[in-house]
Amino acid sequence: MDRDRPRLTEPAPSRAAAIGSPGRLPRHTIVALAAVPVVFLVVFYAWPFATLLHRALGLDALGATLTRRRTWDVAWFTLWQAVASTALTLLAGLAPAYVVARYRFPGRRLLVGLLTAVFVLPTVVVGAALLAVLPASLERGVVAILAAHVVFNLAVVVRVVGVAWEHLPADLEGAAATLGASSTRVLRYVTLPLLRPAITAAGSIVFLFTFTSFGVIRILGTAGTATIEVEVWRRATQLGEIGDAAVLTLVQLVVLAAILGWATSSQRRHGRALAMRPVAERRPPRTAGQRSFVGITAGLTATVVLVPLGALVARSFRGAEGFSVAAWRDLGRTEVRPGIRLGIDPIDALVRSLQTAAWATLFAVVVGALAALAIAATGRSGRLLDAGVMLPIGTSAVTIGFGMLITFDTPPFDWRASWWLVPVGHALVAVPFVVRTTLSVLRSVSGRLVEAAATLGASPTRAWRAVVVPALWRPLVVAAGLATAISLGEFGATSFLSRSGSETLPIAIERLLGRTGTLLQAQGFALATILAAATIVAVLVVDLAGREHGGQSRGRHGRRHEGTHRARDR
Amino acid sequence: MTPRSTPLITPLGTPLTTPLRRIVAVAAAAALVAAACGDDAPDEETDPADLAGRTVTLVAYDSFPVADTTLNEALDAFGDETGIDVEILSAGDTGSMVSKAVLTAGNPEGDVLWGIDNTFLSRALDADVFEPYESPAAAAIPAALREIAPGGEVTPVDVGDVCLNYDIAWFEDNDVEPPSTLDDLLSEEYADLLVVQNPATSSPGLAFLLATIATYGEDGWTDYWAALRDNGVEVVEGWTEAYYERFTWAGGGPRPLVVSYGSSPPAEVIFADPPRDDAPTGVVEASCFRQVEFAGVLRGTDEPEAARALLDFLVSETFQAELPLNLFVHPTNADVELPAEFVEHAVVPEDPLTVDPDLIETNRSAWIDEWTGIVLG
Repeated sequence: MDRDRPRLTEPAPSRAAAIGSPGRLPRHTIVALAAVPVVFLVVFYAWPFATLLHRALGLDALGATLTRRRTWDVAWFTLWQAVASTALTLLAGLAPAYVVARYRFPGRRLLVGLLTAVFVLPTVVVGAALLAVLPASLERGVVAILAAHVVFNLAVVVRVVGVAWEHLPADLEGAAATLGASSTRVLRYVTLPLLRPAITAAGSIVFLFTFTSFGVIRILGTAGTATIEVEVWRRATQLGEIGDAAVLTLVQLVVLAAILGWATSSQRRHGRALAMRPVAERRPPRTAGQRSFVGITAGLTATVVLVPLGALVARSFRGAEGFSVAAWRDLGRTEVRPGIRLGIDPIDALVRSLQTAAWATLFAVVVGALAALAIAATGRSGRLLDAGVMLPIGTSAVTIGFGMLITFDTPPFDWRASWWLVPVGHALVAVPFVVRTTLSVLRSVSGRLVEAAATLGASPTRAWRAVVVPALWRPLVVAAGLATAISLGEFGATSFLSRSGSETLPIAIERLLGRTGTLLQAQGFALATILAAATIVAVLVVDLAGREHGGQSRGRHGRRHEGTHRARDR
Repeated sequence: MTPRSTPLITPLGTPLTTPLRRIVAVAAAAALVAAACGDDAPDEETDPADLAGRTVTLVAYDSFPVADTTLNEALDAFGDETGIDVEILSAGDTGSMVSKAVLTAGNPEGDVLWGIDNTFLSRALDADVFEPYESPAAAAIPAALREIAPGGEVTPVDVGDVCLNYDIAWFEDNDVEPPSTLDDLLSEEYADLLVVQNPATSSPGLAFLLATIATYGEDGWTDYWAALRDNGVEVVEGWTEAYYERFTWAGGGPRPLVVSYGSSPPAEVIFADPPRDDAPTGVVEASCFRQVEFAGVLRGTDEPEAARALLDFLVSETFQAELPLNLFVHPTNADVELPAEFVEHAVVPEDPLTVDPDLIETNRSAWIDEWTGIVLG
């Protein structure tokens, strides 16, 4: 089951096919390939991270922060809302996971696609969608936050648990039923225990995402409902307390490491006892009961996802007196009063987001592709680099942005005003996904073909150029699409790095939605609609390119890509 | 904690000796109530010729108009005269703007910053945000105000009082007496009527919090705010949002009581359409907290000369004369003649509330945390 679970890490390459000694590239070539990603990681990830730790461990801030009541209030809220979000998402996701795994019905693929689409949307868009759909009394606060987290992460449960369910031996359940067990007993004593590892895995992912939730909370939260991430941002950028904010990032890291460590070890303890079967044939629902169960579950799931998105678009057309296209018509004007403007220009933000995404994509693809080549070329010793490029995935975007902000503030490394700093931050978040996408293809191509080329007399370098490099372009298209989607929606790091007057779309959306004026709100919803559409286009590109190259390498990649789309700040 | 008897300027600077206090009071009164005899010739301090073609960015809070007002026309005229192109960068509420300035100290987002006030000033001075510059034009500013930043990092540009404002018509229509003390706000008849700004991000918000601390003391203000919360106080992020979006009179919003300025009523007369003689809004004098705003050249600017020229202009009589009717504050330049409507309708409390600046500096973030826990938590 493990093998088919969408996940962030690559299955171990088959060692035989890994780059064997005959095709090994010259050492200096490998060093040259690895140099760019290594420098990139050290300068933009390791150094800021070290600066952050250094600031956090300054004694003044450490004591002040750890003895402040608000710190623990925030930590407590972060924890319980993450637990509650995870539990609710699991509850809401199990029925659709079952239906999708076991039944064949019209619209099944559409439903899965829809859930995945929501999952890849930027966090501010999902926050905006919930803001649009909820009644005014529930607009901001814990109900809105939990609802957003459930809608957002439903896809994780449906896909991860669904895949496990597909592979569950149906005859086992059948046998239990034949022996007289009621369907609830079968569920309780047979099915759920077998699904347990998958449920734990899905739960861990959802927990990780909701514990570090930032964009959703910035849109939907109040001062009393701040996660540690939001409090880090507030302390650092609103109150100017850098040291305290650094301590909070440390608190978050420690708590997160403890919880994930516990989850991993408990998962290991409850290792599965059954060999999984190949996918059982999905059957159309037969009895009336099955039909209504499938219909209701699929219908409800689709509704939960579609209604907020519909409301998002609808709200962009709402003026003070009913329907109005004013928000779209006057998208470039954010006047509160004649002469007094909000200081953000939505059109400008749109253009800037596209530029930023273009540069971030370029940076991420170049760095990621070089890293993937170097990792593939070095076999075992490439693992260190492999682990290194994956690190940013385990670090929250807020931590990355905050670290960069407080590191690059002293000449000659004062890069705060440099146009490339925001794209570099985005690229850092995207590089792991570029590497994973590229590496999987590299590993499937390189081994034997390079050997064959070598046998035919090509030098290793020539063999690589002839065999490996041409195979790169398709995964790089996929990777570029992913990086674009990530950059367009990136909010956590950007919240720290963007400068007044050069806001990106997510920043502009958050500022507009934070205002009470009808026109400003409608403009925020209009921008969120644009951002949602742009992201979905980028992901469709990924999906199309990914499907073709998935076909090439025996259908294994398509699913993995869907699992890896999700990146970024949560 | 200083009770309300302290004269004008003490909240802002070093404790003043008694004779100096008297000078301060006189000087500030002169600045506030306005010298009636200023000459009209604008000051010319810099040689404009060599700065032509430069662009300077003025970083300001978001209630600073960016276009279409006489204030902007004055800035344009400065641009025409000197050849310096002035761009205005709206950087959010004062608190956010200052935090951003601290984070970008030495590599600023603009060249000149407008509008940091006495409640936030020490944060910026500690972070070395400004490049000291003593403008020759500042000679027209009372020394007592300049003394607040003795290092010359910033120049005082306007003085105002943060006060509760109420919508007179609303209270008449609903047959309710407007409140006259902070205590009144806790009573049933004012439930759900007040909108304030978040002190973490907004300078009037912080000033109003300090007003309650000055009134109820360090031990009493928390209970006051808990009661205010129970009575339905609304909190928004900044002044623009509170006044122009939530206040009944100016924003068509639902709240007839708002934290704004003692000089907001004249603005409502001047911009009234159709014209009117009496102010539609009133001020609760007992709630007023004195606020001084400053401008300074940001350290690390690429255009130090042009930035200084702009700062000279910001304190010049020409520009300062535009402040009352555009930002609804009192100019610091004593030569400015105040418009009659402004003098007539602006409320200048005799004894504004004050809090010792050292106390503000020591406790600001703890107070804001505590406030957040009580009101928003």
